[in-house]
Amino acid sequence: MTEENKKLKVIVFQINDEEYTVPVDLVGSIERMMPITRVPGTKSFVKGVLNLRGVVTPVIDLRERFGIEEVNDTDATRIITVKIHDMNVGLIVDAANDVLDLDEESIEPPPEVVGTVEVAYIQGVSKMDQRLFILLNLEKVLAKDDVHELNELYV
Amino acid sequence: METNQYLEVFIDESKEHLQSINDQLLHLEKNPQDLSIVNEIFRSAHTLKGMSATMGYQDLSNLTHKMENVLDAVRNEKVTVDEGILDVVFDSVDDLEAMVIDISKGGSGERNVERVVELLKNIENGSGGSAVASVAVAPQQDETIPTLSIDEYTKAALEQSSELGKNNYQIEVALREDCLLKAARVYMVFEILEQAGDVIKSSPSVEALENEEFETTFHVLLVTEDAAEDIESKIKKVSEIENVYVTVYQISEETKDESKPSQKEMAAQEKPTAQKEEKDGKQVGNKTIRINIDRLDALMNLFEELVIDRGRLEQISDDLKHIELRETVERMTRISGDLQSIILNMRMVPVEQVFNRFPRMVRQLSKDLNKKIDLSVVGAETELDRTVIDEIGDPLVHLIRNAIDHGIEGPGEREAKGKSATGKLELKAYHSGNHVFIEISDDGGGIARDKVVRKAVSNHVVTEEQAATMTDSQVYDLIMESGFSTADTISDVSGRGVGLDVVKSTIESLGGNISVDSVPDEGSVFSIQLPLTLSIISVMLVEVQKEKYAVPLSSIIETAIVKKEEIMHAHNKKVIDFRGKVVPLLFLKDVLDVPEELEEEDYYSVVIVRKGEKMAALVVNSFIGQQEVVLKSLGDYLSGAFAISGATILGDGQVALILDSNALIK
Repeated sequence: MTEENKKLKVIVFQINDEEYTVPVDLVGSIERMMPITRVPGTKSFVKGVLNLRGVVTPVIDLRERFGIEEVNDTDATRIITVKIHDMNVGLIVDAANDVLDLDEESIEPPPEVVGTVEVAYIQGVSKMDQRLFILLNLEKVLAKDDVHELNELYV
Repeated sequence: METNQYLEVFIDESKEHLQSINDQLLHLEKNPQDLSIVNEIFRSAHTLKGMSATMGYQDLSNLTHKMENVLDAVRNEKVTVDEGILDVVFDSVDDLEAMVIDISKGGSGERNVERVVELLKNIENGSGGSAVASVAVAPQQDETIPTLSIDEYTKAALEQSSELGKNNYQIEVALREDCLLKAARVYMVFEILEQAGDVIKSSPSVEALENEEFETTFHVLLVTEDAAEDIESKIKKVSEIENVYVTVYQISEETKDESKPSQKEMAAQEKPTAQKEEKDGKQVGNKTIRINIDRLDALMNLFEELVIDRGRLEQISDDLKHIELRETVERMTRISGDLQSIILNMRMVPVEQVFNRFPRMVRQLSKDLNKKIDLSVVGAETELDRTVIDEIGDPLVHLIRNAIDHGIEGPGEREAKGKSATGKLELKAYHSGNHVFIEISDDGGGIARDKVVRKAVSNHVVTEEQAATMTDSQVYDLIMESGFSTADTISDVSGRGVGLDVVKSTIESLGGNISVDSVPDEGSVFSIQLPLTLSIISVMLVEVQKEKYAVPLSSIIETAIVKKEEIMHAHNKKVIDFRGKVVPLLFLKDVLDVPEELEEEDYYSVVIVRKGEKMAALVVNSFIGQQEVVLKSLGDYLSGAFAISGATILGDGQVALILDSNALIK
């Protein structure tokens, strides 16, 4: 590294007027909304699965995941597909429109209260030019344990 | 040395030879007097030795050589086969296997085998001087009467041809000293020879001959049906030939001297021609080629894409109602159907590939545990998809270890129970419908219900109240829950805490299922059901309200339409009478929480599905039709979704979920 400060390239997206980021190397693609097939027996934030160029990909609604009230999809609504631990998941966000270099040094641990999102989902925050970026902790957001509703056998 | 291109062949063939040595050794153990088995083993070992020497794996060839000496002593009745000898030979086969595996992983195939070599030597020396003598028997190259040295491939080809009643001749051709066009004469001689039969080998090599890199004589090994005199006179017709000698080539006299590096190099150098010739000869008997599995996988992936597009085309042509288009699509559908069965067939391999390592394993285990076990394998020729085969090995190893460790009792205990001291273990595979079944049954102690219950309760797998109401088969299934091991002492063989639950999840991840049945003191049967193939299945597409689901055809008995009045109630459940049987109704819209959008009708469309003996009638809103679909996983994130075994992409690009009817029927 020749630069003094290490940079972290991130994708910026909006939920409820707040700006969130995920590292760009975890992002597979950014898609417009497309038909989603509901998967029964899953929590309501799991919207279902979609056909992403031949790969069946689960999709979750980040608003619902964070407990923010639902809104109707707009033209700006996007699905960001991310990949962690060989797991591809699409995230529905209000809008995605920026790629930024964050100074790694500018990243601070999450304060007690940041916006409306539970602290557990946040890895840190970074302030830049009067904007506050929230770094998502994807591992927590995509924790597998709470995906399925409890089910009982029928018949 | 350019050996890379042969490395794969070498590894494959070495594995085959080792497997055959293993098999034959097990035979020999049962019939120690049968020396023909020893010959069989000797042949495999000898081939292996030759191949590894050619490829430059000294350790491998040395150890094989030592083993061969012992076998030779046995063959010449200098040593009698007993368990001690077999153990040592088995050990050395283990070492050989480890070396071959090392080589296949890119290693050098070196390994410290001193101990085994020492043991082999002891056996050999104990037999007197005979075996030692055989070490020195390796023939010396005679300078005045040159003989053609042959490698093992060539030898196999020669053996094959003499079995077919052909003659193997060694031909010495001497050109005149003043011959001007040596290469041309060589070419003419070869043309004659090739018309008469197959040239297996020449010395110097064909390239060297064509480049005139020889004095005046050269040697050729020819396989032909013609008589020696005919060949001789034909060759003599070529100008500038001084002399021709045709002699019968004796294979049995030929033993390759693997310690001479110069010769080894020569053999390696000459292999391209030799092997090419040999292939030509072989094709008569067996027209097969080896294909890398990656290529087959790539083919399969492409075909899956094609199947999705085919679905789409079918839909478009239905919508357009254009006759010519429809005809073309139908034709394409038929052709791709044929193509599909060919591709799927290519990927099928017999379960033998997995099964054949078990006899050896059982032998070792029964020794370690001091139990007597008779393993029988039935249906090893049953074929399964390659991907399934690759995954099924470990679970089976585990189940067999389990059966031997926990199932079959020690000889003393067995006799006390009035059973024969030798326990029976049966491994059975067979086809049934779209599935392959593999059963592992033993005649051991069976599963002790109270023991399982006690353990399950103490490990908090179930509560005591729950356990009390469980049926026997439900209790048996508990042993496949996480953290279960019923052996009183944890042994080396099984019972390390991880176990049957892993087996269960592996098999379920393959789209199969496993069940266990047991009778105390009579034994247990683990039965595994596996799909024939993992990737393309036939389904019935149905609509539940506005959502589309796919039900695998393999579980459907039939579809029916029932009137509302025909529905009966039993135990607070809705049931129908289906061909004299009471079948419970299952409203998919409730099970799957489908949002209600349609009005209820007076008729119900039902799909009758079964799991074993049990049946259920799934209520749907409409049938769309039957289709071949490509099975896709839901992705790691959602794996384990209730009653959903996967997803597929329909012709319109939408995802439809595939129902797991097994999960719906308890």
